[in-house]
Amino acid sequence: MSLVNFTTREITCKIVYYGPGRSGKTTNLQYVYDQVPAERRGRMVSLATQTDRTLFFDFLPLELGTISGFTTKFQLYTVPGQVYYNATRKLVLQGADGVVFVADSQARQLDENIASLQNLQANLLEQGIDVRTLPVVIQYNKQGLPPELVLPVEELDDAMNFRGVPSFGADALTGNGVFETLRAVSELVLRKLSEGQPA
Amino acid sequence: MTIDLNPRFTFEAFVVGPNNRLAATACRTVSDHPGTSYNPLFIYSQTGLGKTHLLMAIGQRVQELNPGAVVEYLTLDEFVEAYHAAVSAGSPEEFHVRFGNAAVVLLDDVQFLSHSKEMQNELIRMAAEFQEAELQLVLTSDRPPADIEELDERLLTQLDGGLVVDIGTPEFETRLAILQRRAEEGGAEFSPDVLAAIAELDVQHVRALLGVFNRLQAFQSVNDQPLTAEQARALVLGEEPVAEAAAAAPEQEAEGEAPDEFSEFLHGLEVTVTQQVEGWKAVIEQAIAEWSERGYDTGLLQALLEQGVPGGTEAAVRAFERKIERLRGLEAEIAVIDPEAARQPVFKSPDRIDEAEKMVRAAREKFVPLPRPSDAFALESFQMGEATRMALEAGRAVITQPGTRYNPLMLVGPSGVGKTHLLHSIGRLLNAEAGGGVACLAAETFVEELVSAIEQDALPAWRARYRHASAFLLDDVHQIGARAQTQEELFNLFNLFADAGRQMVFTANVLPQDMEGLDDRLKSRFVGGLVATIEPPDKELRRAIVRTHLENRLGSAEADVVNYLAERATDSVRSLLSVIQRAVAGAEAMGGALTLGGARRLLEEQAKKETRVSSSGGQGGAVINPPGVLRSQEKFVWDWPNAVDRVIEELS
Repeated sequence: MSLVNFTTREITCKIVYYGPGRSGKTTNLQYVYDQVPAERRGRMVSLATQTDRTLFFDFLPLELGTISGFTTKFQLYTVPGQVYYNATRKLVLQGADGVVFVADSQARQLDENIASLQNLQANLLEQGIDVRTLPVVIQYNKQGLPPELVLPVEELDDAMNFRGVPSFGADALTGNGVFETLRAVSELVLRKLSEGQPA
Repeated sequence: MTIDLNPRFTFEAFVVGPNNRLAATACRTVSDHPGTSYNPLFIYSQTGLGKTHLLMAIGQRVQELNPGAVVEYLTLDEFVEAYHAAVSAGSPEEFHVRFGNAAVVLLDDVQFLSHSKEMQNELIRMAAEFQEAELQLVLTSDRPPADIEELDERLLTQLDGGLVVDIGTPEFETRLAILQRRAEEGGAEFSPDVLAAIAELDVQHVRALLGVFNRLQAFQSVNDQPLTAEQARALVLGEEPVAEAAAAAPEQEAEGEAPDEFSEFLHGLEVTVTQQVEGWKAVIEQAIAEWSERGYDTGLLQALLEQGVPGGTEAAVRAFERKIERLRGLEAEIAVIDPEAARQPVFKSPDRIDEAEKMVRAAREKFVPLPRPSDAFALESFQMGEATRMALEAGRAVITQPGTRYNPLMLVGPSGVGKTHLLHSIGRLLNAEAGGGVACLAAETFVEELVSAIEQDALPAWRARYRHASAFLLDDVHQIGARAQTQEELFNLFNLFADAGRQMVFTANVLPQDMEGLDDRLKSRFVGGLVATIEPPDKELRRAIVRTHLENRLGSAEADVVNYLAERATDSVRSLLSVIQRAVAGAEAMGGALTLGGARRLLEEQAKKETRVSSSGGQGGAVINPPGVLRSQEKFVWDWPNAVDRVIEELS
């Protein structure tokens, strides 16, 4: 799926926002969508239930224009967080170049975060992908909630980020940390792609 | 010799600023009046600020003003190497003569003198001599003389007696001038803002500054649009501006402002793409900057950049560097043979390496052609038999896998069994395969050449000639037994060929271990490959040889004649060929086919005559030996069947 084509000078990559239900994956995409000039963004496709919960997935194509001589396209996806939509998650994960794991910073959601992280690892493994080789960043969302409800980033790192991947505190509703997260995963993906250039 | 002077490093190409004005002026002065102004001149600075440029500019200016002047430019390593070479060759005076003949000696990077008392003494001696003879000595270092560890006080005093001058880091104006000069030279068009923005950055070294310039140039050529000052700064600084922006973002947000996050994001991506995806370009650009700085044509690397598609960048750069290594080797070789030719641009052009190889080959040939294998010997005419099987098979293996299968191949056998034939046959085929460059000669000739080279003081050239041969074949190597110097040369040559995987073939009449007077180190090396013996021809082989020759000469070979001739000489192929030759010549003289009776008459009667000649000569003392001096037996009166008849015949 991922591609750096030096002949046509095109970069295309797929980034998947993963995480438990209601962690804020779609909110991340919506914030990005709102910030992107109209001529650069495609139609955001969001297949949602009547209760506004993602049923299948969100899809936001971004035409980033010419970057350093490359026509660059990003495709941002979210997966449905609910446990029973695992088949959809697997489908969306296929061909992903990078993953943003959006965790819910609320203390009471910690177990769900960990379960979702394990689910990510299992689904990747099923596709023959070692999570250690895939560009992953973690976003601890909802840091804007009252401090008594959320765990600080350091504590969340201790509990979840045992691989030491880049992590960011965020509040997707206000947009804080959204682009920082996207930029971090983009960098990892581009670095990985460049490492995979033909020798 | 001035072969290492980079033509690009002239005073005209050197940008003078407050940081280097004193050094540049001093250099101009010594090049205009070598030996009389500042002697010695010592220049020091950090790396990449132009010391080497100034040093080479002095050399070129001196030559420009006085084309006959000898300029020696070398690094301290090369200086030390030259000294060691002269001392190890037993002629240290050659070293003194070489540098004593130079009008200017330019010595680069002398900071490594720290632990070499020996070279410090040489320099002290040289500096004193130069001052007296008004010859110019210029030295460079990355630190002032006083900071060079363990530098002899006498040398310090001498240096202080000349001029010690430093080059500082360039200021903004100088950096800008350097960038503008580079843009003009390279035909690159940047807006003044861009060059000023880069000059404002704290890039301390000129070399680094030029590296930055190359990068910008490549970036602009890829994007087909003018670079802005902001882009240029971001490109050079990498992530820094973006990191600053990211750090500033939350504050701006807290103040309720709406930052253009998407633009910041794009900007960050741009830096990432430049650094990560296009990282291969940086590798090539760095190589281009490095090698063009040293005067090499970097067209091959430029082509890779223009191609725009990475494909084994590291490997391509390594291949380019290997070509340069080869070019340097060729340049060094031709410098010995023909110093003028070494200055040709082809030796700085990796894409013309084939041309350089040809030039060196031609120079070698022109100088003194290598002794070639003789065309008189063909492998097809070497008869296979039990006595020759092993040697012949080994020879074939050497031809198909030179340098790898049997190296060296030592052919051992008594005189006349075909060793020389096989040696030259192998040589011819190796020569054809390698496109020339095979040296094949007799040990006796090898000794004569060496003696002649020593007499003519041309030993380095003589050595260079053989050292670059593609294969080395030496006949009758046992003859160097009592020649110590020849053995020394052969030993060194052997090691060089063995290390380079180039084929060697030797012949001898005794096994290596039985060669009298031969060093053990050569004996052990000779037996380290394959020793293949050639025995005197057995009956079958003799028959085959006779049959082949008769058929070739007379068109047919009777079995009884073949058997008869094959029994006439049994000790060597050479004596057998002699018998065949006599029989065939007799048959041709009589104008008929060679029959058994005819062969017997020819050979046995002649044998009787020879016996009579031998015995009569012994009694009367009238025969002149060897027979080769008087070839016709008919000139001896006792050979005539009837003296009276013969006289009558001649009278009539």
